[in-house]
Amino acid sequence: MKDLVSVSGLAVSAALVALAAAVSLRWRLGLERQVLLAAARALVQLLLVGALLALLVEPGRSLCWSWLWVAAMIGYAGDVTRRRAPEVPRIVPLTVAAFGAAAVVTLGVVFGLGVLPLTSRTLVPIAGMMVGNSMTATVLAARRLVEELRDKRDEVEARLALGQPSRRAATPYVRAALRSALLPQIETTKATGLVFLPGAMTGLIIAGVSPTQAVLVQVVVMFLVLGAVATTTAVVALGLVRRLFTRDHRLLTLPRRAEARA
Amino acid sequence: MVRQVVGGRREVQWARKAEVFTFEDVVVERAGRRALDGFSAGVPSRGVTAVSGSSGSGKTTLLRLCNRLEVPTCGRVLFRGHDVAGLDPLRLRRQVGMVFQRPTLFPGTVADNLRTAVADAGRERMTVALERVALDGSWLERDATVLSGGEAQRVCLARTLITEPEVLLLDEPTSALDAEASWVIERAVRDLARSGVPALWVSHDRAQLARIADRILRVADGRSRGLAIVGAETAETPDAAVGEGA
Repeated sequence: MKDLVSVSGLAVSAALVALAAAVSLRWRLGLERQVLLAAARALVQLLLVGALLALLVEPGRSLCWSWLWVAAMIGYAGDVTRRRAPEVPRIVPLTVAAFGAAAVVTLGVVFGLGVLPLTSRTLVPIAGMMVGNSMTATVLAARRLVEELRDKRDEVEARLALGQPSRRAATPYVRAALRSALLPQIETTKATGLVFLPGAMTGLIIAGVSPTQAVLVQVVVMFLVLGAVATTTAVVALGLVRRLFTRDHRLLTLPRRAEARA
Repeated sequence: MVRQVVGGRREVQWARKAEVFTFEDVVVERAGRRALDGFSAGVPSRGVTAVSGSSGSGKTTLLRLCNRLEVPTCGRVLFRGHDVAGLDPLRLRRQVGMVFQRPTLFPGTVADNLRTAVADAGRERMTVALERVALDGSWLERDATVLSGGEAQRVCLARTLITEPEVLLLDEPTSALDAEASWVIERAVRDLARSGVPALWVSHDRAQLARIADRILRVADGRSRGLAIVGAETAETPDAAVGEGA
């Protein structure tokens, strides 16, 4: 198959990065250096990933390498979540467990029930979309839950003082956190096809796959992401409730974001 | 009480059971600062015991220890002679009702709030709880989030009372209320004390202390400064109140 994008094509597209830098310069945003660095970093990272993926999808290559890649992605996602939500105590093991649970559920359905064939070519990209798309929602759920319990401490303690167990006392705040994390994903799902065309689908169409097949793959991916977001946020929220309350049903002191960074 | 506790170990134990709460050399340390610093005292299991002291002296911490919203760094808190650390905290909290300084109602109606405390409470039981704070059944359907401070605090007290606690903890419940709402709450607590439900009431207000308290437990710098019987000239020292067998 003929290459879709040549090196010269890539160089031409870099003009658009220059345009972004020019906007920054014109309006004195001071972001031009960051724009250039971000573009260069993305290029290098993607080229590296592309080279590794090329190795992974070679005929005869064991699927174990792809699973190892998935495990590494989950570990890295835990680290990213920690950096994005420093005020959430001990979030890394929780997110790793949450993404692990989401992987078992969603990849189990997609590959276990034969929706897509289990190959290196499908496993890594599908797991990547699952982890990448649910990371933002996971961070949002964790941060919102900590904020709710910290800012509404009086309410939580009033519930505890009535003899409610910690899990029940936390339920209204878990509900609020899960709603705020899931709603954007639901909105995105509703707007797909009308407001924007998703990346996976457009990529497949550009690569020459029939639009119908591309749409079907995209729908599977969307459902997978929705299931993954629901799983990761629920696991993180329930895990956090266990960590933010003591075994004798007391709410721990929760730091603010700035205090957590200090 | 002094005479009860000096006669030996058995009498000390008896005296502790006669006390609703006993604090034994309690220390509460937070971020390197001691909220309570070797606090020892006994709270008799009848009437209203007011807790008085300046801001930051450890009064609220004292109350929160009684229903295990907080635990001591060291020392012991006994409820009717039993270390609260060994009691089921959920059962303890239903036995020891608490009303906080700031009235905190949950979203929903007044009835929803009362059902948060007792999920299967019927209309009659809820009405009885409201009547104890001079409200009636017509309040049940009102939106709890739009009540005034005084009304909200009365509903908070009703919400605590519907669980039929054995003891009441009140953390400056009237500090932000008008005279009428304060009077209703004071009267409700006095009525309860007369019917055998003792109360531990934190207050700054001297006039209120004179109206509500049978005795005053003074707290300063995280330590007990003695239990004074209101109107009596004698005050019991903290060491004597706890006894020698601690």
